[in-house]
Amino acid sequence: MTVPLLTVLGRMTLAFLRATGAVTAFAFQAVRLSVQPPYYRRQMVRQILEIGYYSLPVVGLTAIFTGMVLALQSYTGFARFSAESAIPNVVVVSLTRELGPVLAALMVAGRVGAAMAAEIGTMRVTEQIDALTTLSTNPFKYLVVPRLIAGIVTLPILVLVADIIGVLGGFLVGVYKLDFNDTAYLRNTIDFLQFQDVFSGLVKAAVFGFLISLMGCYHGYTSKGGAQGVGMATTNAVVSASMLILTFNYFLTEAFFAR
Amino acid sequence: MSSSKIALRGVTKAFGTKKVLQGIDFDVAPGESLVVIGGSGSGKSVLLKCILGLMAPDSGSIRVDGEETVDFNDRDRTRVMRKFGMLFQGGALFDSLRVWENVAFGPIQSDGMKPGPAREVAIAKLGAVGLGPEIGELFPSELSGGMQKRVALARAIAREPEIIFFDEPTTGLDPIMADVINDLIVKCVSDLGATAISITHDMASARKIGHRIGMLYDGKLIWQGPVAEIDRSGNAHVDQFIHGRAEGPIQMQVRRL
Repeated sequence: MTVPLLTVLGRMTLAFLRATGAVTAFAFQAVRLSVQPPYYRRQMVRQILEIGYYSLPVVGLTAIFTGMVLALQSYTGFARFSAESAIPNVVVVSLTRELGPVLAALMVAGRVGAAMAAEIGTMRVTEQIDALTTLSTNPFKYLVVPRLIAGIVTLPILVLVADIIGVLGGFLVGVYKLDFNDTAYLRNTIDFLQFQDVFSGLVKAAVFGFLISLMGCYHGYTSKGGAQGVGMATTNAVVSASMLILTFNYFLTEAFFAR
Repeated sequence: MSSSKIALRGVTKAFGTKKVLQGIDFDVAPGESLVVIGGSGSGKSVLLKCILGLMAPDSGSIRVDGEETVDFNDRDRTRVMRKFGMLFQGGALFDSLRVWENVAFGPIQSDGMKPGPAREVAIAKLGAVGLGPEIGELFPSELSGGMQKRVALARAIAREPEIIFFDEPTTGLDPIMADVINDLIVKCVSDLGATAISITHDMASARKIGHRIGMLYDGKLIWQGPVAEIDRSGNAHVDQFIHGRAEGPIQMQVRRL
């Protein structure tokens, strides 16, 4: 019984290492090619719109309700210790450091990561990627590099907007439901907020943007078969991006705030 | 130095234990049109992909204009691909781009042509395959199968390549549209003076577009010769294939009901 279990564990470890190696090699190739011309600016603009502009409604809604719930839940807890005045601080710090980047990234992973994997995967199984090669166009540069750069550039902007909308959600609940003074709420928010809170969130967002695009592109680019292969690539892109976002979030938090 | 446009020597390719190509040798002269016939799964598409560098052969030599291409890096591959045009079996049109943008893709992205002149080139090439300029504004999903093949052909010839590959150009088309595509292929190859390699199992197409035919069976090129000689090849495999007979040396692996 012990041997088969070890065999299974060994196979799983090897498969994990193989996948990690393949993704790492894919990422290195993308980074290497991103500094070499030609640069497909039109593709990059299209991806920035796709990732950023078209994700705004989803991310905005997520942020405003997160901010509102955060204010309500904080009130429920803090009222027991007569610490209601800390609510603006808790809302702004939680949003800028953690919830803004993580929730925005998870929403974008679901929306954009899946779309990237599906689009590139369909191009793979319908030979469109081979067609790019026959047209003297490096498919890696044309498809992967613009998406990676767009992810890195756009996610921080999206997260900044999410931070503002989230704080606004907390403000609305604080002022109109919990009877805070609006000026005092805003002053508390601004006074307590530090540059590092926002900066760490934006760095996280850039890393998450890279991971979302990397997973979407990798799973799409390496998809095989027909519709089933594309479906699997889409699922894998979202699941792996979400897991990596949560994992990297811990290590980035530790790098920024651990004592 | 060989005078062949394309020369293959001892090309092999296997996927696991399945040997798809087992030592392919052939030469294609400049301006010649070679058609490779063979059943489904005989390795025809793999052969084309190896020549194009979309797949690396396990061993052997592939020379284009006397230049060994098997170990090319990305830059050399991109340079040599400038000589090629390819018509894919399913068209492989970029579905996010309009028809004219598909045709103008090579001139714009690879040759650095401005969109205005490239659009003119695209409309001219669409005209060469019998499509009006209004088709250029449509997306590929709005076209019939035959029109998609024509657009794919226009894209393949847009950069006036020296070598054109046709992967099953008539598959999925009705006989009349298939003949239209065959005529267009003959005209385009002749107008460009290009070298062509086509793979097909449509014998009517093979006879029409080829100067020479080679038959791929079990990973080997078992016969090759001029089109006019295929009916007296003296090869039982070739005879069975060109007459489409179930009985003969080629046995399909089918389970009896």
